[in-house]
Amino acid sequence: MALVKAFTQFVDPPTGTTTDVAGGGASVRSPKIETSQMGFFYGTHQALRDISLKINECAVTALIGPSGCGKSTYLRSLNRMNDIIEGTRVTGSVKVDGEDIYAKDVDVVSLRKRVGMVFQKSTPFPKSIFDNVSFGPRIAGLTNRAQLTEIVEKSLQQAALWNEVKDRMRESAMALSGGQQQRLCIARALATSPEILLMDEPASALDPASTARIEDLIFELKQNYTIVIVTHNMQQAARISEITAFFCQGRLVEVGQTKQLFTNPTQKETEDYITGRFG
Amino acid sequence: MSLHGPDYERRLVWRHFLGLMFEWACRLTTFLSLGILAVLLFSIGRQAIGWLDWGFLVRSNSYEPREAGIMAGLMGSLWLILLTAIMSVPLGVGAAVYLEEYAKPTRMTKFIQLNISNLAGVPSIVYGILGFTVFVRMFGLRDRPEEFILDLWFTEIRFFLPLGRIVLSGACTLTLLSLPVVIISAQEALRSVPASLRHASLALGATKWQTVRHQVLPAALPGILTGVILSLSRAIGETAPLAVLGAAAQLSFAPGRIESVGDAIQNPSKMLQAPFDQFTAIPLQIYGWINDPKPVFEHVAAAGIVVLLVVLMLLNGAAIFIRQRFQKKIRW
Repeated sequence: MALVKAFTQFVDPPTGTTTDVAGGGASVRSPKIETSQMGFFYGTHQALRDISLKINECAVTALIGPSGCGKSTYLRSLNRMNDIIEGTRVTGSVKVDGEDIYAKDVDVVSLRKRVGMVFQKSTPFPKSIFDNVSFGPRIAGLTNRAQLTEIVEKSLQQAALWNEVKDRMRESAMALSGGQQQRLCIARALATSPEILLMDEPASALDPASTARIEDLIFELKQNYTIVIVTHNMQQAARISEITAFFCQGRLVEVGQTKQLFTNPTQKETEDYITGRFG
Repeated sequence: MSLHGPDYERRLVWRHFLGLMFEWACRLTTFLSLGILAVLLFSIGRQAIGWLDWGFLVRSNSYEPREAGIMAGLMGSLWLILLTAIMSVPLGVGAAVYLEEYAKPTRMTKFIQLNISNLAGVPSIVYGILGFTVFVRMFGLRDRPEEFILDLWFTEIRFFLPLGRIVLSGACTLTLLSLPVVIISAQEALRSVPASLRHASLALGATKWQTVRHQVLPAALPGILTGVILSLSRAIGETAPLAVLGAAAQLSFAPGRIESVGDAIQNPSKMLQAPFDQFTAIPLQIYGWINDPKPVFEHVAAAGIVVLLVVLMLLNGAAIFIRQRFQKKIRW
């Protein structure tokens, strides 16, 4: 409980002092995503306990921690992808823009349109590049060809893939390289014009050059999107994120400005993890 | 025993020898089955030579071997397979999609699953008895068939309830027969679609139905078609259930009382009556000819078998062609 308290003080500074957590300068903004005392169960197994975390708009928040610590579970609960798994349950509250996304009247389909997701393994559909990127808008009911073409081009440009694929829109997405496929998946997620982008180790299967491109891309995207990224690579977290949250054994151990968390962690567990003594 | 030296070398030779033996054993089994098929085709082909001609295809049957033809059975089989496909594909794929994508693994769905697997192994003659009771006789609820007339503006379609020994009864029976295999193979195909594909689609804000319709089904389609081909091929060769239904062994007209190609061209509206008319099928005709006391009918039967095999191959070829086109469309 002390941890949570410490964290709350950190993000919600006492009136009078302003801690610029977002790094964007607007500390008065309300958080884009807010989970409070959130728990998560796979059947009877509790995978997350008492997670209270505020995630700011237009910033990159990195979730780090050893394997099996619950960071991916946490990420997937933000767009309710965990609903797909039988017998899962969420306690506490998860709010996006102040609205509880687990409330009864929430439509999961429209939630997932707002909260996009990029998976660890790139999962292009076995269709053409154009059909991949236009899938989201199309299933949302957009049929106008010109409009779709425009969205596809814009999304691919945002994902820094346009120049490589503009002449091969009709070709299968499966023919792209691993790094290109992952950027295609990012473009595909952007095409539904989400507000939040969840990334589950998006670069872990890529070579260093492709990883660098994805990181540059995330740096660009954070101007317009709220990004939450799970990563095993601590250098990556340090390079791209403003805020880092350290998870361990289903708990949120520590959260803070990335620089501070890596140079001067307040918790022993965090220090052990980032110095490589465990995990 | 050691991992170096002559001991190891000797064992290595033996290991390579075993591998080679196995490869040749596999090769032998493959060529053996191929050889048997070749012998079969050759012997039947030889018997059919001189008997299989265009006239054989367009004539109806006769007691005179030289006048016998397979038109009635050919048309009957084509009608059966068309109606069976129309009924069993949507039913089978629908059931498979429900079981794989929607149904929760409750005791009930497990029970259904088990029964589908069991039904796939039920002998076809049992389906014949089932079809006879349900479709031909409709449980004997009526003493005598009652006639109904469906009035279309250009023609009318007559049918009876209970249905009686008509093409539709046969097709419904063959549908029941092929459904379990269609369902199981479609389930297999749906299961082989990676979960990541479904997740990616759902994460983009697709509904469950959109995910199934636009991602899962297209990816599973080649596999589904393979199952459909297999079960329809089995259905077209079935004799027992049709015989139990009481289908005629020999008829002088194709379904719809069509007596010749010219008749069909002059009265195309007769086609609409075909599903509700009496029928015979290629395997039934072959069976009839083989049982004929005149030994010369052996040649007629051989010609009939060749026609059956060709129809089978043409249908399979068409299905494989369609499958290939879909496979090209989903570009892995």
